[in-house]
Amino acid sequence: MIDVLSVAKRFGHVRALDGVTFTAADGRITGLLGPNGAGKSTCLRILSTVLKPDRGTARIGGVDVVAEPLRARRLMGVLPHGAGLYPHLTARENIEYYGRLHGLDGRALAARVDQLVARLGLGAIVDRKAKGFSQGERTKVALARALVHAPRHLLLDEPTSGLDVMAARDLREWLKALRDDGCCVLLSSHVMQEVEALVDDLVIIANGRIAARGTPAELAVRYPGRSLEDIFVSAVEGAAR
Amino acid sequence: MSAASVVCRKELLDNARDRRTLFSAFVFGPLLGPVLFAVLISVMVSQTVSTADAPIEVPIVGSELAPNLVEHLEARGVSPAAEHGLAKFAEAAEAVQSGAHDAVLLIDPNFAERFAAGETARVTLVYDQSNTRAASRVRRIRAAVSSYAQQLGTLKLIARGVDPDVLSTVMLDELDVSTAAGRSVVLLGMLTYFLLLATLMGGFYLAIDSTAGERERRSLEPLLTTPVERSSLLLGKMAATTIYMLLALALTLVGFAIALRFVSLEPLGMSSSFGVGQALAAFAIIAPFAPLGAALMTLVASFTKSYKEAQTYLTLVLLVPTLPLVFATMMNVKATSALMWIPSLSQHLLVTALVRQDPIPVAYVTQSALATLAAAAVLALVAMRLYERERVLG
Repeated sequence: MIDVLSVAKRFGHVRALDGVTFTAADGRITGLLGPNGAGKSTCLRILSTVLKPDRGTARIGGVDVVAEPLRARRLMGVLPHGAGLYPHLTARENIEYYGRLHGLDGRALAARVDQLVARLGLGAIVDRKAKGFSQGERTKVALARALVHAPRHLLLDEPTSGLDVMAARDLREWLKALRDDGCCVLLSSHVMQEVEALVDDLVIIANGRIAARGTPAELAVRYPGRSLEDIFVSAVEGAAR
Repeated sequence: MSAASVVCRKELLDNARDRRTLFSAFVFGPLLGPVLFAVLISVMVSQTVSTADAPIEVPIVGSELAPNLVEHLEARGVSPAAEHGLAKFAEAAEAVQSGAHDAVLLIDPNFAERFAAGETARVTLVYDQSNTRAASRVRRIRAAVSSYAQQLGTLKLIARGVDPDVLSTVMLDELDVSTAAGRSVVLLGMLTYFLLLATLMGGFYLAIDSTAGERERRSLEPLLTTPVERSSLLLGKMAATTIYMLLALALTLVGFAIALRFVSLEPLGMSSSFGVGQALAAFAIIAPFAPLGAALMTLVASFTKSYKEAQTYLTLVLLVPTLPLVFATMMNVKATSALMWIPSLSQHLLVTALVRQDPIPVAYVTQSALATLAAAAVLALVAMRLYERERVLG
């Protein structure tokens, strides 16, 4: 479970997050939805402990990300936006590097990598250098890398951006499979169709604040007779007023 | 296995697969220095040494008029050139001006008569002062002629029953204490310059790739989400840079040892052999400079926004350690205890002393190593502080 508690963050004069509170539950996919610059990435970066909040805090599986960042990192896998691989290393070496940084080694590491390769269908490219990978292949390997320590929490920043239809579809299937395993999946997006097809819970964020929150069904009740896109627009406009 | 060593091993492997990194670290640096150095030395040696004792030929116009003088000159390695075809002063002047001859001696047509009459006989030396290459030859001709004159003058005084010493009221004794090695201080400055430069080049691309490169290809942010302290990540990166630098240093020393087999340093007064012993000692002296360079390059590259910007700044950084060398070379600084606290200058002075076979106090080596490693630790700590800041994500 991921708890975000009154998180505030500013960069100079820009207020990126202004007291954001929400919860992402285990066994569910939570979508962080918002226009560009709304604070989605900042929020995920604070959760992944890359940034520190000015106020408030967050807990990953009960571990405070401000007080115990290293322990919190062990509990989550992170796929930042446009995450890069090491072009001179093979897919396997890229994944193994993160495994070792997570303290895995030897046979346990090899077994885990084989498992991920089988699950994500990386067999054909696993021993090729990452240099020539397509965007879809890069994302697959980056996802495997983020999952190498079998985390129960997964943070993804715009995971499907730049992917073709087939690759995006594959990614959504894996995320659903992870959810069905009981993982807590939190992803950001501004692609409405993707959100509709994928998420169980929605957090709409605009101007650094939560504009609306709930399951798609709940939101449809609150904003009757409208598509998700309409709901999104009125929530964002409501937050701006 | 500690996280820092995981990072270090990954950087070593990753960069070993990059052709540009390998070339600049292990081919360009180790080859450029020794080859350039060998070429420069052979040029210098051939200039300073060959002119020193080799017999020189000089066209003498009217040599038949002064056979004794010519004989005296020949005994001092200045022999008359056969078949020069010069007859008049104007021709001689032109020949010297055009560079056909370095110098021409003209013996006065009245030489024999005036000589016989006991009058001052004239000899004219035609030369071109702007021709520095000929300077030492002209000096030798001049010295040979005046020694002939002095010898005859002495004999004349003796023949008249006068003590020749009456002519020498004050005697100036000149004693030049500079050694050939001291004179080649510039050359030695270049030796350490090449060694330090090759050492820095060894880690140049790795330092950029592991910091600015990591940020540019967007692999830094996921790396920062692994359960490893940022200081450990940075330590691993700096360790990998240091290892590449030490490897480059070792290769460069091997290169020098090979290159100096083909050119002898002896005529310049330096140790005749740059063998295994010297190479190992030089490695031990310069080795502490590697972590300092690694920390400095990592620190600077961490400030930059992109790979290209890092390259630009690091090229400037390559110059920094060479400034003390320039200073030392120009001021002809000798090793003192106080100077051992200055990194790169201390390495320069110690390696110079090593090649000159001057005694090196062990305390100096320890002092140099400690000061350099302390500076490296300070820079490494600054770099680690920098990585704790959020701006590191760019």
